[in-house]
Amino acid sequence: MTFKAKFAGALLATVMSTTALSGAFAADDTIKIGVLHSLSGTMAISETTLKDVMLMLVEEQNKKGGVLGKKLEAVVVDPASDWPLFAEKARQLISQDKVAAVFGCWTSSSRKSVLPVFEELNSILFYPVQYEGEESSRNIFYTGAAPNQQAIPAVDYLAESEGVQRWVLAGTDYVYPQTTNKILKAYLMSKGVAESDIMVNYTPFGHSDWQTIVSDIKKFGSAGKKTAVVSTINGDANVPFYKELGNQGIKAEDIPVVAFSVGEEELAGLDTKPLVGHLAAWNYFQSVDAEVNADFIKEWKTFTKNDKRVTNDPMEAAYIGFNAWVKAVEAAGTTDTDKVLDSIIGVSVPNLSGGTSTVMPNHHITKPVLIGEIQADGQFEIVQETPAVVGDEWSDYLPDSKNLISDWRKPMSCGNFNVASGKCGGKGS
Amino acid sequence: MGPRSDPLPALNEVGERELRRRRQSFFRSQGFRRGGTFRPADRGEIMTLKSLLQAFLACLILSFAAPSFAQSDPKPLIDALAKADFNEAEKLLGQIAASGDARVVPALNAFAEGDLYFRKSDNLVFIAKTAGSGFELIDPLTGASAGQAAKNAVTKIKVNNNLRRVIRSAMGGLTLLSADRAVRLQAADAVLRSPSPENLDLVEAALAKETDKEVKARMEEARAVSVLSSDRSIDEKRGAIETIKNLGGRNSLGILNSVSGSIDAGLKGDLDAAIAAIESEQQLWDMAQNVWYGLSLGSVLLLAAIGLAITFGVMGIINMAHGEMVMLGAYSTFVVQDVIRDNAPNLFDWSLAIALPVAFLVTGAVGLVIERGVIRFLYGRPLETLLATWGVSLILQQTIRSIFGPTNQEVGNPSWMSGSFPVGGMTITWNRMWIILFSMSIFVALLVLLKKSAFGLNMRAVTQNRRMASSMGIKTPWVDAFTFALGSGIAGIAGVALSQIDNVSPNLGQSYIIDSFMVVVFGGVGNLWGTLVGALSLGVLNKFLEPSVGAVLGKILVLVLIILFIQKRPRGLFALKGRAVEA
Repeated sequence: MTFKAKFAGALLATVMSTTALSGAFAADDTIKIGVLHSLSGTMAISETTLKDVMLMLVEEQNKKGGVLGKKLEAVVVDPASDWPLFAEKARQLISQDKVAAVFGCWTSSSRKSVLPVFEELNSILFYPVQYEGEESSRNIFYTGAAPNQQAIPAVDYLAESEGVQRWVLAGTDYVYPQTTNKILKAYLMSKGVAESDIMVNYTPFGHSDWQTIVSDIKKFGSAGKKTAVVSTINGDANVPFYKELGNQGIKAEDIPVVAFSVGEEELAGLDTKPLVGHLAAWNYFQSVDAEVNADFIKEWKTFTKNDKRVTNDPMEAAYIGFNAWVKAVEAAGTTDTDKVLDSIIGVSVPNLSGGTSTVMPNHHITKPVLIGEIQADGQFEIVQETPAVVGDEWSDYLPDSKNLISDWRKPMSCGNFNVASGKCGGKGS
Repeated sequence: MGPRSDPLPALNEVGERELRRRRQSFFRSQGFRRGGTFRPADRGEIMTLKSLLQAFLACLILSFAAPSFAQSDPKPLIDALAKADFNEAEKLLGQIAASGDARVVPALNAFAEGDLYFRKSDNLVFIAKTAGSGFELIDPLTGASAGQAAKNAVTKIKVNNNLRRVIRSAMGGLTLLSADRAVRLQAADAVLRSPSPENLDLVEAALAKETDKEVKARMEEARAVSVLSSDRSIDEKRGAIETIKNLGGRNSLGILNSVSGSIDAGLKGDLDAAIAAIESEQQLWDMAQNVWYGLSLGSVLLLAAIGLAITFGVMGIINMAHGEMVMLGAYSTFVVQDVIRDNAPNLFDWSLAIALPVAFLVTGAVGLVIERGVIRFLYGRPLETLLATWGVSLILQQTIRSIFGPTNQEVGNPSWMSGSFPVGGMTITWNRMWIILFSMSIFVALLVLLKKSAFGLNMRAVTQNRRMASSMGIKTPWVDAFTFALGSGIAGIAGVALSQIDNVSPNLGQSYIIDSFMVVVFGGVGNLWGTLVGALSLGVLNKFLEPSVGAVLGKILVLVLIILFIQKRPRGLFALKGRAVEA
């Protein structure tokens, strides 16, 4: 603990001294943006990449002349996978460093932790990861997928093209899988799937012994109906899960697994030959065949000086969020939060799958849903692509949120407008 | 998939024509009838004017309904795959299979494996093998080489799960009469997995020819599965149910369950009885499986904890950096494998054996440095030791993160640690079995070292009575240092094994540190046997709780039980007694 405190202190001192310096000499010709991603602790495995992407995007933008004629400067802090520390660091970025916007967070817990800070200090957060929905804040833009942009199209694909009738919803025990599974269960039952044909299973973070659960899945799959696993298993637990699937001989042709948290980065630590055919649903895959994507991959490999680095969906979400912010600031002619909040709605920027993404009034964006099958080389082969879908913040399949909508344009300016009662303020107010 | 010799030798008894007829009826039954009018291959037949006209008309119609083809020569069908989407490809596969031509087997195999490509210049389809920076193209039917092609001159033909399934069942039909025993077995398996009433003819023809006992049994089962949904007599079906019942296992349960809605009323009783019989048998196997899983989890706990049993259990150092030693061991495995991959790929199956001493030496050395550099100044001050070793653990984690990056590293499983084998109604995976054996041998080796070697004797003497040992001329500081190094080295070896089942990331150690302390405290500090019994009993307890209460609650319950147990017996399962305790 002493070490950690010292380390954090040293980091703080470095950050503050650099800010003080730049503040003294360069206050007028730079615009600062905050990067709030864990660089140590359990989430460093995923979040460090996003920090690198942000640095790359800032560098590229500066090469193009910056924003409003000023250079961009990224202020990087390390919230160390510690949720309360996220709020502290966010406060520091906004009040001390005076950043114009913050790009950051990965887990829902960290987002929930910083949300009140951004609302209180009236700043902007771009959140680049797929999440469970059921939230809409005036100060947050959700550029990752909402459940209707990932989970529901994936289930539809399995039901239609693989004829799946029995479902295992397996997830890690925290808010994203639980909410997503609640929505999926309601959705499946609305499509006529019997409750006995749905099995829900939760495991702790970092679960590494999957023998029992994999054999339970086998058991559930021997009822004479085509079975599939919908996995919201998070982070490190995936590698041992897939290893066990491969070793117990569960082939994708028999029981396919579709995952919402497994991308190119996660597969990088795995021998994917036994996993060929298992699926993932995202809004972007590295294998997307588009010129803009090829450029992005090249840029990324040059920036990281590593030919083996892969790109993934949250990176695309960060890319879209950053470009949307730049465009909105240029349209508003200022980085003032209220003006940018007004000008960003309706902004369209290119996404990496060859189309465009638009920021909607509910602070979510439009993007296509891609279903990919894992290949032996650790990449995904896209087997289905939908037209662009608007992120739905309040799920239509949950009874207490189906009447809610969010619209941050004036005069409504409400994140949870109840269309049944005609009033602003329902769940989540 | 290389080109292979024709797996279908001519059969005297059944005759080539008869065979082809059966195969075609099989594929028609498999739902491969879309596009349907393939011409019988037996061109020896004299066509009547009428049939000629019909064939002509059919061709005319079909030429409009692209991409359907009506040739018996499968080459154009395979070439048509180049531009087909998934639905069209499914139809084409049906027609390719229906051609009954066994030459298509390598092409189908390659398609399923994702090795089928088409050349952009002329849309011809080839099997592609990586050769240098490009591909070597192989003719899909003849297996002859068709020259080299650059990577961007060819495009991969996409395949999905559904197509792979179609290919699998097509291959089953095409290879049932193969000369190769292993291929026939695979074919019987494929039919077994996709039961269909009308493939009976084909299976029975193959069965009549079959001489190999195991293949014959598998084909009998495949036949029984097919009989079940056919319109055969009730008696025959009853026999089929009996066969499947004797086959047992989860797959049979699935097959029986799937027909339970459509079976003749007279057989409902037999069917339910068979299902019940399999289920009750399966329940017994489930118990056995739980015990096995428990032992397996226990052996992982033992591996993680056994190094700590020395540093904490014997020396009394609260070593929070223990998990990081496991992590360093895993990274040593990664580095060893990386070197082997680059320099001597054929040694890959030996990579773990090579990694063992490397990991032991690396982590042992790190342990030695930690003891000499930090811990020796802190003996007798447990709180400071705890904080210092925790600091060391953070330094080690961040060092590894800076060197290797925060992402997971790929540690491959050698072939002898992949896959599984069935034992009765349960599945045993090779990696788990080897880990159980491995952890037991480490345990025995350590026990022998402590009890039989001079170093072990010194070690026990020092930990039991330091001053007495010192006055007998034992260099106690060095014994301390090497004991700590030994504990760390063993943790490193554990890391080699754990790299086979878990992530290799800088956080690897953190997930094991709590479990390790739990096992050592529960088993009784200072007693290796306690660690063994503690680890195995916690593993089995966990695995018996998991199916009924779930993994999350199971883990909580185990912790609560340990807390209660420690209240009752503060010194754990096997408490040390006598003077050593007070020392």
